[in-house]
Amino acid sequence: MSGDGVNKQRRYFLIGATSVVGGLGVVGAAVPFVRSWSPSAKARALGAPVTVDFSRLNPGEMLGPIPAWRGQPVFILYRTPAALETLPQLDASRADPDSERDQQPKYAKNEWRSRRPEIGVYIGLCTHLGCSPKYFPVVAPNSSLEDWKGGFFCPCHGSMFDLAGRVSKGVPAPANLVVPPYSFVSDKVITIGIDEEHV
Amino acid sequence: MQQSPTPSRFPAMWTSFMSWVDRRFPATETFEYHMSKYYAPKNFNFWYYFGVLATVVLVLQLVTGIWLTMSYVPSGDGAFASVEYIMRDVEFGWLLRYLHTTGASAFFVVVYLHMFRGLLYGSYREPRELLWLIGMAIFVAMMAEGFFGYLLPWGNMSFWAAQVIVSLFGAIPVIGGDLMEWIRGDFLISEVTLNRFFALHVVALPLVLVMLVFVHIVALHHVGSNNPDGVEIKKLKNADGIPLDGIPFHPYYTIGHDLPGIVLFLIVFCAIVFYLPEMGGYFIERPNFDEANPLKTPEHIAPVWYYTPFYAMLRAATYPLLGLDAKFWGFVVMAGAIALPAVLPWLDRSPVKSMRYKGSISKAMLAIFIVSFFILGYLGTIPPSKYATLLAQVCTVLYFAYFVLMPWYTRVEKTKPAPERVTMR
Repeated sequence: MSGDGVNKQRRYFLIGATSVVGGLGVVGAAVPFVRSWSPSAKARALGAPVTVDFSRLNPGEMLGPIPAWRGQPVFILYRTPAALETLPQLDASRADPDSERDQQPKYAKNEWRSRRPEIGVYIGLCTHLGCSPKYFPVVAPNSSLEDWKGGFFCPCHGSMFDLAGRVSKGVPAPANLVVPPYSFVSDKVITIGIDEEHV
Repeated sequence: MQQSPTPSRFPAMWTSFMSWVDRRFPATETFEYHMSKYYAPKNFNFWYYFGVLATVVLVLQLVTGIWLTMSYVPSGDGAFASVEYIMRDVEFGWLLRYLHTTGASAFFVVVYLHMFRGLLYGSYREPRELLWLIGMAIFVAMMAEGFFGYLLPWGNMSFWAAQVIVSLFGAIPVIGGDLMEWIRGDFLISEVTLNRFFALHVVALPLVLVMLVFVHIVALHHVGSNNPDGVEIKKLKNADGIPLDGIPFHPYYTIGHDLPGIVLFLIVFCAIVFYLPEMGGYFIERPNFDEANPLKTPEHIAPVWYYTPFYAMLRAATYPLLGLDAKFWGFVVMAGAIALPAVLPWLDRSPVKSMRYKGSISKAMLAIFIVSFFILGYLGTIPPSKYATLLAQVCTVLYFAYFVLMPWYTRVEKTKPAPERVTMR
């Protein structure tokens, strides 16, 4: 066969059109494979709201980490009035003292980062690389930290958070601890994962 | 295909059998192309053991891995217990597991040495750029394979190491959070994550690795091996078209060079498997003797030794820049450190390939690079402190300087003339 009678333009058009249609088919066929990696219905069901009773928690203590909402460790803090007074003193050393970054629901964008001043609810995962910080209410996590007012220390990369979950300046963690959506069912019972107030 | 040119060496039955096969499948042709008529430079030295050793370890990992899969259970409740079961109840299960865990470390030892050989003798230079790129793809696939496999014992270090590495993707602006959830398939590392890592570790990545290794060897045998002098042996050939400085890979290198090397390697390897399988917490980390606990991070998190240089560089990024978090830049620095060697063929502007003939700046830079890599490797194993972070930052700069400054220092330095023929020393 000689190539004299070949309409090259038509050939390139057909090759192009076939490639585009085939490419779209591949993209379409990839959808189920990609989507199957998203959290399944079962995982989402297990991530349903959780109700926690903290009636036995005393001032100054922390309940947690408890495997609560979405299986993530949750801290429930009962802060003393003295502890609350220290928070404004720490503003200058915080990276985001006024909670400008979107790490909490609207009702927790205040100086305590909580619905009620004394009760703080935080997801106990460092915003750096997801280790679980440890609670140091009184004693500093290491001797080089003078004037420790109580808070959290992450063992992985040394990030520090105060008793409102606000991150210190100059540590690897970029943001404050996440406040999950939660609401008070009664005075000593909260539901984590639901925003509306039921009281 | 023609019959073997020396039929008298084999019994007539064998010769006629092979000619039957060769008419249907290019068996003799393939053997000759890759083995008995593949001419390798005659001046290979110690550094030329590690390619073949990497292949040996790959086979070892595949075989022990298949056998471990027969007793391992990839479930949240069963994984940790099944590893204990392998260690205590399965006949020789402890040996299979220790061969596999030690094999993982051995894999990285030989591959790092194999890559160092490339840096030393300019094996990445034209016409071996694709060979080098395929090799880099193997390295990245190996790192992923090791990472996925590390979650499977479902120990506490497995869990939190996976949590930390998956969280790295959270550093990507805008899509980071959703991407993390997609990788985990859950809101936290869970059995769902374990299952998919299992599939990737035992099916997907081994397939990718085997295919890449095959392509690596095809590319190597197409361009021919480099050598310690960095000169092309194909330039000078005898009347039969055989390189003057080449010798048949089989039997000279298979029997004469590689086999003793493999035996020596296996002696050292077995000594570690039998007497030091945990290597003082560097091959099997202590917190991994506790089952995964989503509520309790181990006191000190460190990856297995072969990732620590890159982990130290990740931690070395502590300044936010251009409105992006330090965490994001840590991710960029780590990914850059892993990816940068891939562009070496285009960074090296030296008129010679081998370090033997390069100038003193190249030698100094390579030495500084290697020392930095070792220091970073150590720093990645210890908890962060002010001075450790400072030292990691200095070493990170030196690591990158080796690559970034290469186009400059390889051009300005005074090199020695490379010889026409390979030298035996």
